[in-house]
Amino acid sequence: MQTVAVIDYGMGNLHSVAKALEHVGAGRVLVTSDAAVIREADRVVFPGVGAIRDCMAEIRRLGFDQLVREVSQDRPFLGICVGMQALLERSEENAGVDCIGLFPGQVRFFGKGLREDGELLKVPHMGWNEVQHSLDHPLWHAIPDRARFYFVHSYYIEAGNPRQVAGRGHYGVDFAAALADGSRFAVQFHPEKSHTCGLQLLQNFVAWDGRW
Amino acid sequence: MALAKRIIPCLDVDNGRVVKGVQFENIRDAGDPVEIARRYDEQGADEITFLDITASVDGRDTTLHTVERMASQVFIPLTVGGGVRTVQDIRNLLNAGADKVSINTAAVFNPEFVGEAAARFGSQCIVVAIDAKRVSGPGVTPRWEIFTHGGRKPTGLDAVDWARRMEDLGAGEILLTSMDQDGMKNGFDLGVTRAISEAVGIPVIASGGVGTLEHLAAGILEGKADAVLAASIFHFGEYTVPQAKAYLAERGIVVR
Repeated sequence: MQTVAVIDYGMGNLHSVAKALEHVGAGRVLVTSDAAVIREADRVVFPGVGAIRDCMAEIRRLGFDQLVREVSQDRPFLGICVGMQALLERSEENAGVDCIGLFPGQVRFFGKGLREDGELLKVPHMGWNEVQHSLDHPLWHAIPDRARFYFVHSYYIEAGNPRQVAGRGHYGVDFAAALADGSRFAVQFHPEKSHTCGLQLLQNFVAWDGRW
Repeated sequence: MALAKRIIPCLDVDNGRVVKGVQFENIRDAGDPVEIARRYDEQGADEITFLDITASVDGRDTTLHTVERMASQVFIPLTVGGGVRTVQDIRNLLNAGADKVSINTAAVFNPEFVGEAAARFGSQCIVVAIDAKRVSGPGVTPRWEIFTHGGRKPTGLDAVDWARRMEDLGAGEILLTSMDQDGMKNGFDLGVTRAISEAVGIPVIASGGVGTLEHLAAGILEGKADAVLAASIFHFGEYTVPQAKAYLAERGIVVR
């Protein structure tokens, strides 16, 4: 039976991610902060919620920045929400925080007073929004283009390399809703909270060989 | 591409059973919360709100257990509120599988608790529930105040100022209930909904008073709410979530 490690660095609730992975038949799902267990896993999920400074401080303290670089090279790896943002070079949140830098690009604030068509857009961007496929990727298998996923975030990703953008989102500004590079895939939305389409994406992830 | 307005069925849960009263009294039994949440999930509800109205201390364990069962079967966001007073209460609910917790009375008595909770767990999971009641008479500029204890105790706090303060302290969302309208099925208090929705930059969920599908539409179009919450119209089978969505779509509202 394959194992999926969900990296636990003490930032928030990983129950939902683990339950959703179990629901789609991911095999043994291990919520863990044990580097040896993570290195042994067939697949790795890197979630995250909360403020980036606290997340990055814990990631560094535990040595997970190096670990994530290493394990994401040779097996399917999925970053979710702040777990995605931590993979970029730098975030504007908390007066500027250097991140892991696996994907070129920046994490920017949606800003107060964001408007579209005369209407004030609330921040956080919270709720169900469309994701437009911009790469033909195995993780989009059986998911319609422009299907809606559940988002909750105040900072968005401005990708440094447009060819890595697998899915585009829009909320006042265009942003990267999904990034792909080799065996690495990362999403800004919460697949574990996105009903049928989210579960399909997780099912695609547990069936993926890490190539595309 | 636009963000969809959300429809949120609300489960009022007492000792592990869903109930819904008229103005918090005359409680009728409406069933097992996990079964009901699953039904709404299948129907395409955008989120589920679970309000724990259990009075007893023993009941807290029942609640955590119910949240845990619900979270392992329902893969849409789950907000849990009712009796949230400490950081440990929040941690327990998040660990049981809640995505957001709603703070109500504790925020009134200790506003700093909202700041502490947002700093510890992130604004994205901190909802502040505001129970507002109109205190101005007819013919004058409307004014609403915060009430506690199911709408019985006034606090003297202006509801719009309070909402702004909660946003400043780090609340990620506001769940606004009109205590005048709750359970009446006459529609939301659109005045307070709009006043608060336009005063803050965070999403506002309108609650209290839904009796028809047009009430949901009015909450969004006139009240400017980002999400609408309803209980009895869904629990007693008057309308389904797809019917509500079809109606809102006909009124030009973006739904999922």
